[in-house]
Amino acid sequence: MTIPFNNPDRPNSYIGKTVPRPNAAKLVQGRGRYVDDIVLPRMLHVAFSRSPVAHAKIGTFDLEEAKAVKGVVRIFTGADLAEVCTPWVAVLAHLKGLKSPPEHPLAVDRACWVGEPVVAVVATSRAAAEEAASLVVVDYEELPAVTDTMTALDADTPVIHPELGDNLAFRRLHEEGDVDAAFKSAHKVVSARFRTARHTGVTLEPRSILVDWNPAEGQMTAYHATQAPHMMQTVFAKHLDIPESRVRVVCGDVGGSYGIKVHVYPDEVATAAIAKVMGRPIKFIADRLESFSTDIHARDHEIEAKIAVDEDGKILAIDVDDWTGIGPYSVYPRTSAIEGNQVVNLCGGPYDFANYRAQTTVVFQNKTPTCQYRAVGHPIAVAITEGLVDMAAAAIGMDPVEIRRRNMYADDAYPVTSPAKMRFEGLSHHASMDKLIEMMDYDALRADQAEARKHGKYRGIGIASFIELTNPSPFMYGIGGARISAQDGCTVRMDPDGSVVALSGVTEQGQGTEAMLSQVVAEGVGVKPSKVRVITGDTQVTPYGGGTWASRGAGIGGEAALQAARALRDSILGVAAAMLQTDANKLDIRDGQVVDADTGEERMPLEELGRIVYFRGDTLPKDLPRELVQTRHFITMEYPFAFTNGVQASYLEVDPDTGVVTLLKHWCVEDCGRVINPQLVDEQIRGGIVQGLGGALYEEIHYDEDGQLLNGSMADYLVPMAAEMPDMQIAHVETPTKESELGAKGAGEAGTAGAPAAVMNAINDALRPLGAQVTEMPFTPERILRALGKIND
Amino acid sequence: MTEPFRDKVDVSMTVNGEPVEARVPAGQHMIDFLRLELGLTGAHASCEHGVCGACTIRVDGDAVRGCLMLAAQADGAEVWTVEGLTDTNTIDDLQDAFIARNALQCGFCTPGMLVAAEELLSKGGVPSRAEIREHLSGNYCRCTGYEAIIDAVESVAQDRAGKVTA
Repeated sequence: MTIPFNNPDRPNSYIGKTVPRPNAAKLVQGRGRYVDDIVLPRMLHVAFSRSPVAHAKIGTFDLEEAKAVKGVVRIFTGADLAEVCTPWVAVLAHLKGLKSPPEHPLAVDRACWVGEPVVAVVATSRAAAEEAASLVVVDYEELPAVTDTMTALDADTPVIHPELGDNLAFRRLHEEGDVDAAFKSAHKVVSARFRTARHTGVTLEPRSILVDWNPAEGQMTAYHATQAPHMMQTVFAKHLDIPESRVRVVCGDVGGSYGIKVHVYPDEVATAAIAKVMGRPIKFIADRLESFSTDIHARDHEIEAKIAVDEDGKILAIDVDDWTGIGPYSVYPRTSAIEGNQVVNLCGGPYDFANYRAQTTVVFQNKTPTCQYRAVGHPIAVAITEGLVDMAAAAIGMDPVEIRRRNMYADDAYPVTSPAKMRFEGLSHHASMDKLIEMMDYDALRADQAEARKHGKYRGIGIASFIELTNPSPFMYGIGGARISAQDGCTVRMDPDGSVVALSGVTEQGQGTEAMLSQVVAEGVGVKPSKVRVITGDTQVTPYGGGTWASRGAGIGGEAALQAARALRDSILGVAAAMLQTDANKLDIRDGQVVDADTGEERMPLEELGRIVYFRGDTLPKDLPRELVQTRHFITMEYPFAFTNGVQASYLEVDPDTGVVTLLKHWCVEDCGRVINPQLVDEQIRGGIVQGLGGALYEEIHYDEDGQLLNGSMADYLVPMAAEMPDMQIAHVETPTKESELGAKGAGEAGTAGAPAAVMNAINDALRPLGAQVTEMPFTPERILRALGKIND
Repeated sequence: MTEPFRDKVDVSMTVNGEPVEARVPAGQHMIDFLRLELGLTGAHASCEHGVCGACTIRVDGDAVRGCLMLAAQADGAEVWTVEGLTDTNTIDDLQDAFIARNALQCGFCTPGMLVAAEELLSKGGVPSRAEIREHLSGNYCRCTGYEAIIDAVESVAQDRAGKVTA
């Protein structure tokens, strides 16, 4: 039986409705349980002495003063932990040529970035551990630091890891069609140099882990703020020589992730290693400077790109040369080549064109390692593509909406394969654009813009179409050899009181995963969402799964939950049919009652069925299956990724005297397939947009030429705050994926993917009459004034 | 004569309406005292230098950064955290509005955000959206994009104003 999603009046119609989040009440009452809230008996705290320089040979240690601090229990160096923890190498077989050196939990012999953990101090309080860590003396013999991406491969640049031969971590060239010929014969060619700044996630909850090793049981329990508990289980087991079955990763409330908490961090592995050595619970909570210097960074790209169009604005070719510096190590186990690889995969994404060349060059440098952060590669690819399209439109005097309409894949063209060899099952670029234009009242906005200009105000409208990669299959990591699960599972059971428990391998970081699961299961079984208790984030309890990343929670985890719930429904009806002496297919479950399917007449509440099954099983037929528990796993098979699409618009004002940008309003139409919970999806989009706006206007990690981090605090690394952010209008087109019954694709990254490009195009729309253009993010007042020629030094 | 420096300080205060007496390290921050000594883990330490507002608590009627205040400074103070404001039903309308509008995602900023919002609401009247945004501009939220929070606070202000005039 399939669910008639198009009928909003169907029984148990919770999928598609705004249902409250079951875990919101505890969070507004301050009753959340984040890792730092957990206190275990005999718990100790670890703090790290970190490299103060970007590149240095590690000489001798003087630990006497640190050891003398009251409360210090033990101090570990890299050599100490190397005895109990094997190093890791972050490469994947399908990213051909990717190389990276072995990395240890604490630096051994050499430190390669400012913030790399070198010595671990364990004490009875965090204050004592921090004080002692500050007294650790390490003899650093400074080595030349490689900090500039574009010269990292030059012959006279030192090689960071001599055993690797050069500073090239990864390079990929993709070529489709005859790019050079297309550019040669084009009506118009526009080129530009783009730059996206180094960002980091700034999760309000810093990275947090508490590891308890129980030698009596041979069991490790890690309370961990992570997006991928099962992946971490494998990592701890493998590198600390523990059977995988003896590692339990528990992920309770997590205070924001955005991709930051899906990676393996040396200090967290060190914490686990120390717990195993000491046989006591060890807690590590990063402080804010540690967050800025050791949470993964992202998006540090420099790009030369060009586009060729004909007289009618048809895109003939796109050529992209992308460079990024990833720090001294590829990050384990997802690797740091994915972001550049995504730029190659995603540029030109919305458009039907033939000739495409893109190369990414990924180099080592002595800065904090970079890796996957919300909307991996998308904001870069969308900025390149949409920036070029707008510039081409301006060059041939065409409206930016019109040039997009002339190039976007027709809504009935699917399935198609893009010039980047991405396969699209079904997208809705034109329907989304139509909806956006209507929602923002494009013509009225243009009139307002013209009117404002008469009064000396420079307002701009920016449009950005985009695609988003969601629901990844094993093609993302598994085929490269990483034990990162693309499938996910859900166990659904009915308890004696007729309530339902759902255990899922996907995790909650605030997106509303548990609300989504509760409503999917509620509809699948036929109970109210409030009757469903969702349990996530415990490798000892939930089915094996990948966790929550790459916008996979609803599409993969949700489908597993739906299938498990439907199977449980069938099990319940099998028992009910025996009890009521009728056919199961003549019965249904609605609102917690077994009912007659045709008339809706109530036949039996689920708690009565539960009472009989669990306490009076003697009254049921001897051979009747009465397992009120079902597990289903789901994996996508037809497409490597479920692409979504959308389009954003920004309306803003630029003050040409101060360079300040004021955001007036923002719009987004996106198509994530079936919308399970409209409010939660909209809020994912809004939150994602604001993270993208941060990248467009404020966020930039600064280093000096020696590799010294210059802005490691929230006062110096600016993120969006309430006063500067616009109201955002969100709408949807729904093109469900046919890979699942649920039809859901991901929505977590769409906002972040498109917002920076929309803002860039709006700023340049505002500046165009002044003959200025910006392409280097963030678009600070200084950069805008430079573009206007008002700062020249 | 100057008193010799003491590394422990005796303090006496009320926290969430209950008397608390303690001997605290002179350098201990209020947020750490609440979290570590009293088990009040609702307010969170995040930036630990007064920028993000996750540690916002109410001290003698004002919204205060728990990371910028020493526990020793709270001697004689009346302190409220999200736990006490919840138990006394002081902000249930605001909490309900946050849930209804999904004005929280990960929830880490929320206890501090609620205390900051209540400080504005307690002044009465219906602040404009711009005023709400300005008042909350010392409280980071990295998840929501703020709009839902502004909506929730605005709706509570309107409801409370409606009740006053009704």
